[in-house]
Amino acid sequence: MDGFLHQLLAGIASGGIYASVALALVMIFQATHHVNFAQGEMAMFSTYIALVLIQAGVPYWVAFAITVAVSFVMGAVIQRVLLTPLAGSPVLASVGVFIGLLLIFNSAAGWLFGYTLKQFPTPFDGPPVMGGFVTPHDLGAFVVTLVVLTAVWAFFRFTTLGLAMRAAAYNPSSSRLMGIRVGAMLALGWGLAASIGAIAGMMVAPVVFLDPNMMSGVLLYAFAGALLGGIANPLGAVVGGFAIGIIENLAGAYLVGNELKLTLALVIIVAVLMVKPAGIFGRTIVSRV
Amino acid sequence: MRDTLIGLVVVIIAVSLAFVASDYRLFQLTTVAIYAIAILGLALVTGYNGQISLGHGAFYAVGAYVTAILTSMYDVPYWATLPVSAVVCAAIGFLVGLPALRLGGLYLALTTFALAVATPQLLKHKALEHWTGGVQGIVVDKPDAPFGLPINADQWVYLFSIAVAAVLFALAGNLVRGRIGRAMRAVRDNALAAEATGIDVALFKTRTFAVSALVTGIAGSLSAIVVGFVSPDSFTVFLSITLFTGLVVGGAATIAGPIFGAMFITFLPNLAEQVSKAAPGVIYGVLLIAFMFLLPAGVAGGLNRLHRRRPAPQP
Repeated sequence: MDGFLHQLLAGIASGGIYASVALALVMIFQATHHVNFAQGEMAMFSTYIALVLIQAGVPYWVAFAITVAVSFVMGAVIQRVLLTPLAGSPVLASVGVFIGLLLIFNSAAGWLFGYTLKQFPTPFDGPPVMGGFVTPHDLGAFVVTLVVLTAVWAFFRFTTLGLAMRAAAYNPSSSRLMGIRVGAMLALGWGLAASIGAIAGMMVAPVVFLDPNMMSGVLLYAFAGALLGGIANPLGAVVGGFAIGIIENLAGAYLVGNELKLTLALVIIVAVLMVKPAGIFGRTIVSRV
Repeated sequence: MRDTLIGLVVVIIAVSLAFVASDYRLFQLTTVAIYAIAILGLALVTGYNGQISLGHGAFYAVGAYVTAILTSMYDVPYWATLPVSAVVCAAIGFLVGLPALRLGGLYLALTTFALAVATPQLLKHKALEHWTGGVQGIVVDKPDAPFGLPINADQWVYLFSIAVAAVLFALAGNLVRGRIGRAMRAVRDNALAAEATGIDVALFKTRTFAVSALVTGIAGSLSAIVVGFVSPDSFTVFLSITLFTGLVVGGAATIAGPIFGAMFITFLPNLAEQVSKAAPGVIYGVLLIAFMFLLPAGVAGGLNRLHRRRPAPQP
């Protein structure tokens, strides 16, 4: 029973990471109908930036803030420079750009920072809490994730800018007629997604160690989470991400073992596509022809 | 007619190279032939049918393992393993494509990407270890030239790969020129209109995907014969991405494109690794993006356009 509880709580902790990355994916998907295959590598690269800052003696939370800001700029610039010109091109063009970005970030990280596993510090130190079941880092990461998710929700729900971004994603041409700068909104969305990814990267790095391939598994679980919840539904993506974290940990402990965890993500993706392609929270899209 | 002539010339040049190139160059040229087949498979589904696969490395892996297992455990002659790989890969391609292809384009990209990431893990798994050899992999014996031909083993596997490639390229060329090829392109360009003219879109997509997996699987089989060794870590997601890069650089919706793409992914890493271990990845990435902006129809598409002075088909 203790073991089960332990796995469950660990699942919720990693689920928060997957939920964040899934949310980042869904934000971009909603606005542009692109799936950003480079989301994980961008987050990994941001985490290296944070590590460089921390090693240079910058306090953790200052480095955290700088990394989030740098990632935001990076995401927005990528959207403006690489993706705006390709609007309206075939899907192959955008997928090609995303795969290109994935390769560039992955190889550049290896080139600049090396391929060895690196330890990443956590700001949450101390003895295990909650009856010894949870490491302080897991608890801290969970709280950070919740804060981020709540902030994003509040931003989209209560601010004019958030409303404008939702409008731009929902109906670009009408929004443009209403005076919303749709291009700027898209860049903003990309920046936000990159920032959320960076936070997820910094939260997962102390657990799995930092290396250029750190996020490939996380990205896969985030895909599975986003599909499970509904790829066009932010709330669904978050719930899906948490669900995948719990499923991954419990199945890893009791069903398939650690060696097949990635395959589990593949199985979940295929299962969702077969049973309910719109996801649990998604609406089936019916289009007029 | 012109295409047949060009094809013949290419085959003649390729065959004569077997007798002049050094062993190392010959190995590289064999790799080009094999990658060309693998990318041809990808071109059928991604270029001609518009379904993006980021996981063709998985079929390449299945082909390689089928050949390795059959030759090492069951003493099947190497050439007889090719049809088996073809059938196995087509079946797996059909099953993978079935759920993903009913839906929009990105779902297949997602599913195949997941497949590519999971492939090494699956190959290592202990339930399959009896056949796959786990992390150790399987050693495959290099075949000697048959009928007492006066050539060495390297020359023979090169000529064998060229022969298989020639057959597959000729078949694929025929396929895309005919009724089925038109239907494939119709599905890519406007699925709705294709459906309205009586093409079963879902069935066509799934079958194209199966054929594409078949072709790439045969390339995998050849790679096992040529390299003489298969192991899970040769088939990571970067293999799939490399094939995808070759496809884009060569030209997605062309039959000649895969040959250019294969040359690119064979020779570029050799040159770039002199700079840094990471350099090929960066160059692949930069070129992928550059081609999307400057030459979306790839090298072959660009040559076509120069030749005909009219817009090349868009991928």
